Amino acid sequence: MVRAILSDDLPRSRWLAVALVLIVVGLAVAPFLFPGAKSLNVAAKICVFIVLAASFDLLLGYTGIVSFAHTMFFGIGAYGVAIALTRLGAEWTAVAVGIVAGLIVAVALAALIGLFSLRVRTIFFAMITLAVASAFAILASQLPALTGGEDGLNYRLPAALRASFSLADGTLFGVRLNGRLVDYYLVYAASLVLVLVLLRVVNSPFGSVLMAIRENPFRAEAIGYRTVVYRTIASCIAAAVAALAGSLLALWSSQTNPDTTLSFDIMVDILLMVVIGGMGTMYGAVLGAVLLVFAQNYLQDLLGIANQALAGVPLLAGLFHPDRWLLWLGVAFILCVYFFPTGIVGSLRNRRS
Amino acid sequence: MKKDWLPLLLIPAVAVVALPLVGSPTSWVTLTAAGLAMGLMIFVMASGLTLTFGLMDVLNFGHGAFIAVGAFVAASVMLALSPWMTVDSLWLNLAAVGPAVLAAMVVSGVLGWGFERVIVRPVYGQHLRQILVTTGGLIVAEQLLKVIWGPDQITLARPTALRGAFLLGDVAIEKYRVLAVIVGLVVFAALAITLNRTRIGLLIRAGVENGEMVEALGYRIRRLFVGVFVAGSALAGLGGAMWGLYQETVTAAIGAQVAVLVFIVIIIGGLGSVGGCFVGALLVGLSANYIGFIAPKVALGSNILLMALILLWRPQGLYPVAKR
Repeated sequence: MVRAILSDDLPRSRWLAVALVLIVVGLAVAPFLFPGAKSLNVAAKICVFIVLAASFDLLLGYTGIVSFAHTMFFGIGAYGVAIALTRLGAEWTAVAVGIVAGLIVAVALAALIGLFSLRVRTIFFAMITLAVASAFAILASQLPALTGGEDGLNYRLPAALRASFSLADGTLFGVRLNGRLVDYYLVYAASLVLVLVLLRVVNSPFGSVLMAIRENPFRAEAIGYRTVVYRTIASCIAAAVAALAGSLLALWSSQTNPDTTLSFDIMVDILLMVVIGGMGTMYGAVLGAVLLVFAQNYLQDLLGIANQALAGVPLLAGLFHPDRWLLWLGVAFILCVYFFPTGIVGSLRNRRS
Repeated sequence: MKKDWLPLLLIPAVAVVALPLVGSPTSWVTLTAAGLAMGLMIFVMASGLTLTFGLMDVLNFGHGAFIAVGAFVAASVMLALSPWMTVDSLWLNLAAVGPAVLAAMVVSGVLGWGFERVIVRPVYGQHLRQILVTTGGLIVAEQLLKVIWGPDQITLARPTALRGAFLLGDVAIEKYRVLAVIVGLVVFAALAITLNRTRIGLLIRAGVENGEMVEALGYRIRRLFVGVFVAGSALAGLGGAMWGLYQETVTAAIGAQVAVLVFIVIIIGGLGSVGGCFVGALLVGLSANYIGFIAPKVALGSNILLMALILLWRPQGLYPVAKR
């Protein structure tokens, strides 16, 4: 049963299994275990970013192509739902229209970029996606009529997802059963399903071809697989899942702006998640996303303490400033690429064998 | 080998096509000057990157870090010498700008040397890890800049003698742009002479064509490469200093922003080709300025559009480097 759900890709490490169970169960009971708006927000962000990082891993870890346009697809999904909810009102039909529109745009764009630039080398694709994504981010902020410009869009969610909506009278374990709870479990369930679908994809024969292309594109081509086609399909799937992750974020936060969906900072975050967690395993993306979102929200507090302790020392105090958390993760990222190319998951799995 | 003039003709062609669209000849001259200045500044930043790629197959995604460092170092020196900057004397102004630019180049160059040793050297020949590691380097460098210079943007006024514009009849050309064009042309000439007329240039060109053969003949291509990397970083620092003065503000994000333009330019030019990089940079600079004037809404996509058109015409860039 477990084998079938995980598509026969078992954790293969006791500690990894423990960590994964902790994450899945922890996120499931988070609203009751850690009540409060901030922790619920962190939990939902974790869910969304797990999906986003996992879809990026399909490209980076499994197919071996670096795309800097992944946030673009994330943003397309988010803006699809946001624009639909703004224009068509807070209805479920609007949500559906937004999701479908976002998916179509994302997949079409991914196919276009892929056919255009995946014929050539990794580096070419990386540069072209970087250029396209930055142009898209500027475009989104320059079309205020459609996207709300720099400020983004604020919109109302369907009634069942609002805080004012009440599922049942009274409380459960001291938590009010309101629309935010419904919203959270919607995000949770959708994320779980999407990650399992991605697991299914990478463990299918199609996934094996992708890994063959990663290891040796020339040989894969010689065996008879059209690498361009496979790479393009992989990037379309990744774009579709990223767009869905974006839709989930838009459904959760009731506001969408360039900073939270399209910025290069988000792209950097995803890169860190996948590489630190472990490229080439979906579980790595899961661990990495959890770690990074936690670091974003709580590492600052730790650094703040260190900063206080070093208050007198000029440069050192600056290094431990709460806003410099990315510096430390960047260093961890570089060390990971050198010494643990398979990330946390790879290290955990290697310990046993 | 027959010289390939077609891409070179594109530059005047773009300028001529733009003339009727812009309408008035005076604004056309101003725009052309602005485009040339912008293009040459980008060329200064991009030339090192394209050479390191051609020579050693290393693409440094952290190139933007050197641009940003150059801008910050130059800004600090100029702010320290601000009395000389505000005096209305060309020579005193240049006495402030000169050391600033020199400091920017030296610091970027030294940083480039360290970057090559620590970040790039362990990942030769592995593109995926190269992209990842150099991107990581960019992240860390950007954060370190914020640690050293603070997170806020630095405002940087141009020296008095470089403000304002030359007036030729109705036509106004900003003085700073003239300077940028001159510096850019000097860098291009110096690079062209070094590459085509000196022994080191010969080795570099040979290394781009076929590195293994150069090694087999007994030359240490690694050492050559380090030299090119350091020179390229120093040029990026120079370009960053010029760009900072052009924008009159310096932020830690400047590197990542300009790096996008730099990448577009070297893709258009053909990875590894300095001549292509020059033509590409001018095309990007000119078209950005013309389109920004004719149709501001389209301007944002103009670079991407240009890149797409060029790649449809020549999929490997304007001057493809033979071995790939």
